[in-house]
Amino acid sequence: MNNLIVSASPHVHSGDSVRRQMLNVIIALMPAFIVSVLAFGKGVLIITAISVLSCVLFEWLIAKFLLKQQPTITDLSAVLTGLLLAFNLPSNLPFWMVIIGALVAIGVGKMTFGGLGQNPFNPALVGRVFLLISFPADMTVWPVPQGWSTAYIDATTAATPLATMKQALQEGNQELLSQLPSYWDMFRGAIGGSFGEVSAIALLIGGIYLLLTRTITWHIPVSILLTVFCFSGIAYLCGVQGAANPVYHLLAGGVMLGAIFMATDYVTSPMTPLGQIIYGIGIGFIVMVIRFWGSYPEGMSFAILIMNGVTPLLNLYIRPKRFGEKK
Amino acid sequence: MKTFSIGGVHPNDNKVYSAHKKIVEVPLPKKAIIPLVQHIGAPAKAIVQKGDKVLVGQLIAEAGGFVSAPVHSPVSGTVSKLDTTLDAWGMRVPAIFIDVEGDEWLPVIDRTNTINSVCKLDSKDIIEKIKNAGIVGLGGACFPTHVKLMPPPGKKAEVLIVNGVECEPYLTCDHELMLEHGEEIIVGIQILMKALNIEKAVIGIERNKEDAIGYIRRLAAHTLGIMVEPLKLKYPQGGEKQLIDACIHRQVPSGALPIEVGAVVDNVATVYAVYQAVQKNQPLISRVITLTGKEVKNPGNYLVRFGTPLSEVIEFAGGVPENTGKIIGGGPMMGRAMNNVDMPANKRVSGLLFMPKEESHRLEVKNCIRCAKCVQACPMGLEPYLLSKYSQLQRWDDMEKHDVMDCIECGCCQFTCPSNRPLLDYIRNGKQTVGGIIRQRAQK
Repeated sequence: MNNLIVSASPHVHSGDSVRRQMLNVIIALMPAFIVSVLAFGKGVLIITAISVLSCVLFEWLIAKFLLKQQPTITDLSAVLTGLLLAFNLPSNLPFWMVIIGALVAIGVGKMTFGGLGQNPFNPALVGRVFLLISFPADMTVWPVPQGWSTAYIDATTAATPLATMKQALQEGNQELLSQLPSYWDMFRGAIGGSFGEVSAIALLIGGIYLLLTRTITWHIPVSILLTVFCFSGIAYLCGVQGAANPVYHLLAGGVMLGAIFMATDYVTSPMTPLGQIIYGIGIGFIVMVIRFWGSYPEGMSFAILIMNGVTPLLNLYIRPKRFGEKK
Repeated sequence: MKTFSIGGVHPNDNKVYSAHKKIVEVPLPKKAIIPLVQHIGAPAKAIVQKGDKVLVGQLIAEAGGFVSAPVHSPVSGTVSKLDTTLDAWGMRVPAIFIDVEGDEWLPVIDRTNTINSVCKLDSKDIIEKIKNAGIVGLGGACFPTHVKLMPPPGKKAEVLIVNGVECEPYLTCDHELMLEHGEEIIVGIQILMKALNIEKAVIGIERNKEDAIGYIRRLAAHTLGIMVEPLKLKYPQGGEKQLIDACIHRQVPSGALPIEVGAVVDNVATVYAVYQAVQKNQPLISRVITLTGKEVKNPGNYLVRFGTPLSEVIEFAGGVPENTGKIIGGGPMMGRAMNNVDMPANKRVSGLLFMPKEESHRLEVKNCIRCAKCVQACPMGLEPYLLSKYSQLQRWDDMEKHDVMDCIECGCCQFTCPSNRPLLDYIRNGKQTVGGIIRQRAQK
């Protein structure tokens, strides 16, 4: 009786936690991870393990010795960054490059700004784009999916469907066009690419899990996918060079992975539903501009990073609909 | 199924401990302490002296203004002193102390249980009677009820909305009141409709009280214009603006009162008090409170005379559980934690909740991860993360621009925050400061 606790309301909590949210995303990534292991073999396991371990280690080291903070690796955010970084790499990347990518992702992308919640740009994408620009050759050859027996270092490699398509459309090479994988192959993941992005179905299952657990809302993924579909559809009908069937643009490359897992990163996406829709439309628009007219075959990472930069503005100017506000 | 349109959360309702426990009357205290501030507005003015003999129901303090309410003696006995006391919110307020002798009621009060469903008074007389009975909103705000019944010129009431939602977790007093006194509540609604001169009333009840929905619906079937609206479970549905939105799909604009959209809202307990005042001549001297918690010996719904020290109510219900870390006056979402239980019961306290030690502490605060869950949860469409940040930075102007004054302090943002941030602490603090700034500006 003598030691009653007094605090302001509310006196109960939902029980939700940062760790729970991060765990939800990690669980949602598992279907795509399993598909990747089955498609690309040991390389996936090696790269994922190196990426996750080095992200966690770098966060711990930087927090402990540079920032002199209590390390927060138990909230699983570093694990998630490592996982997402790995998902955006080819499965035959030399392991030391993965470590550099992890250092840039955690060190530059996250801890420079003060750690969890403070970073303006998606850390995994910062790491990925750093690697893409520094090691363009290694980052753009992709092992052909040959199942569990696919070798890690000496894998047979080929271009991604998007790169093949871009080359074929530019050269007007009909023979090359006919070699493009079928929709079904792209849907189930039997194509080359960053190992986490290849299977649309596995990523969609993860996305549905995120929606059901209310980890994310529909606004960002749906607005990205719709924009990509509509924009590429119009371009396709107008005969823009480099534009293929819109379904192809949805399934190929990093659109699915980006829309469901990368663009929905809490820290770097807008706070209001309308802001999230504008952000999604912006990403969809930029990625298609890069695909049609840019020098890279794929632009999802750049599109998300650019819109990450716009997020503070969207938060500043777009308010949620207030209760009682006239429509 | 209907519910309000923006935000909201789903706390575990924990009503199982005290639900369906019959209302039990708590024995009279030896000494009663009756605070003169039990409502919003000016304090009541004592009209008794030390040594005066008073009866139950006798007027002992008159209203201190239009927005104020008189206070009646809940006990019979001798006034021992006029002094101050700490009320349940820890505020020092003037109070009348009475040594209780027997239980003698004013003869005019009808104490029988017969339902008196005929009311021949006209609107003006009804309102006068409600005003003189000291009736205030028993849902928590304690706004004098007669003021709501007199719309300002140019405004017309169209519908009476009766709040049977009881969205606060743990609390069950309104639920039990509907089950045991449904008939009186229906009569009370008819009286209020007559007072407001309207044809329509809606009773909003959440779906976790199916028996009350069925019972009240059966009773309302014999009356004209009274409708029961079952509502989807969501907190804070019992908030005035949220309830109007849920029941009749009208949103009260920022800063306005419900009458702006033609609505008058009253809690079921208030309606029951109206019945007792108008039909039975009994002023507001007692209320049902829920005493509950996971480790309470006899959780239940207790009829308590105002002025009874809460400690005696607790003793009657089996005492404070050993493992208690926090005692809350009201529900866990909006109630106040109390530092002792010697203060008297009043019109405002609707429940006593005992939280076990392990649930009494706040959790470790982490960085904001900008997940936007607070924005999604806010039933007023505000941006709690931003308001709390502005409050920390003392940017009062920005807080005002972002509509902090619309905050109803329901606690959804803090409840839902995965980083356990004390959002409402900061927002409440800023709201007080901004409110002060606005009042100062208005005086200039």
